[in-house]
Amino acid sequence: MTKISLTVNGTARSGDVEPRTLLVEFLRNHLGLTGTHVGCDTSQCGACTIHLNGKPVKSCTILAVQADGQQLTTIEGVAPTAQQGGDALHPMQAAFKECHGLQCGFCTPGMVMSALGIVERHKNDQLTEAIVRHELEGNLCRCTGYQGIVNAVLMGAKNMGVRVA
Amino acid sequence: MHAFTYHRPTSVADAVAKRSADADASYLAGGMTLIPTLKQRLAQPTQVFDLAGLADLKGIVVTDGAVTIGAMACHADVALSADVRRVIPALSDLAGTIGDPQVRNRGTIGGSLANSDPSADYPAAVLGLGATIHTNTRQISGDDFFKGLFETALKPGELIVKVSFPIPKRAAYMKFPNPASRYAVVGVMVAETAQGVRVAVIGAGACAFRLSAMETALSKSFSVAAIKDIAIPADDLNNDMHATAEYRAHLVGVMARRAVAAIA
Repeated sequence: MTKISLTVNGTARSGDVEPRTLLVEFLRNHLGLTGTHVGCDTSQCGACTIHLNGKPVKSCTILAVQADGQQLTTIEGVAPTAQQGGDALHPMQAAFKECHGLQCGFCTPGMVMSALGIVERHKNDQLTEAIVRHELEGNLCRCTGYQGIVNAVLMGAKNMGVRVA
Repeated sequence: MHAFTYHRPTSVADAVAKRSADADASYLAGGMTLIPTLKQRLAQPTQVFDLAGLADLKGIVVTDGAVTIGAMACHADVALSADVRRVIPALSDLAGTIGDPQVRNRGTIGGSLANSDPSADYPAAVLGLGATIHTNTRQISGDDFFKGLFETALKPGELIVKVSFPIPKRAAYMKFPNPASRYAVVGVMVAETAQGVRVAVIGAGACAFRLSAMETALSKSFSVAAIKDIAIPADDLNNDMHATAEYRAHLVGVMARRAVAAIA
C-alpha cells in the first residue's frame, strides 16, 4: 500500500491505496464522494470527469497515486457554500436544473465538470453553441438529452459572466 | 489490473537508470494509453515510473526557426499555446483533434510518439514537418524514428526528452476521425519546408509513412490538381472493422487534397 495525501474540494485528505487503485475508486470507495460516476470505465463517456489542478480529466484513467499532492475538485465541491454544508447550487448546476439539462442524471456530474472547463477556457472570449457542442465531445449522454445540456451550458456560462453569442 | 509498484523518479537520469535496470518496468507519461492497457491486462509491468514530476520534460519554447516541445507537454498545452499557433498553426490544429478535452489535458506528446500507435496523430507532425526527437542519449531524425506497428527506434529504457519541429513555410493537417474514439482512420500532414515538400500519412499503415509520389508532384506544382490523379495502392494498408484497406487508400487521397487546398 502507498500513502497518498491530496486536497479534495479544499480539504486535505489522505489514504492508503494500492498503486493500481484508480482515482475514481479512491474518490468513491475511500472518500465516499459518490457524485463522481463510473459510466464506461474506458475513458470515453466522461461521467467520471473531475478537475485536477483546475483542469477537467477522466478520473477512471488516472491512478490515485498520480494525484498524490495535487488539488482536486469533484461535483460535491463546485457549489459556493458546499464546503460549509450549504445547499445552494453553483450557477452551472442551476442552469442544468433550469434548462432540463438532465434526464436520468447519470452523466450530469461529468457534464457539469466539463462545462466548467469550457467556461474556464472561454472566459475571455465569446462562447457559441458550436463551441459547446464540440468541446462536450468527451462526455456522452445515453438519454441523448444533448439539446437541454447545450442550452444549460450556455445559460450557465452566461450567468457566470461569459459572453455568449 | 495486475499489481505493480509505483515510483516517481527525481530526474531524467534517475528515471532512465531505474527503468533500464528492469526489463519488465514501464514509464508512465500521461497514461491515456498505458492505463487502459493495464486495465485490460494487456500489459503487466513490475514497476511503473511516473515522469510527471520531471521539470526537464516540460515546457514549449519557440525560437526563430523551431518549436521545441517537452516530452511531458500535454496535447492541450500544444493546442492552446498562442506561440505555437503563431508559427505552426497546423501543429496546434493537430493537437486539438486528439481525443477530447479531458484526454488532451493528460495525454502527452512524448507518450504518443513512444507508443507509435498507427492511428495516433503526432507521428504525422513529426514525419510531415521533419522534426527531431531528442532522447536522453541522442537525437533521432523523424524520418528514422517510426519502425513499425507500435515500434520505434527507441532502445529499451531510452527516454524522449523533447521534440523539435522546424517551422515550415506552410503546413496543414487533415484527419478523418473515427466518430467514437477520435483516433484517425486516416490523417495526412502536408508541409512545404526548407528541405522541400513533405507528405506524411498516419492511420493507413503499420506506422506513419511519407508519400514520395505526392511530394514530387507538389514540389513541381503546389496544387490540388497536381496530386488528384495519384493513386494510392491499398496492398499494405490497414484493414479492420473501422475501414477496409481500399477505403483507407481512398481517404489518403481525399485528406491530402484537403490539406493542400487549405494552404495552396
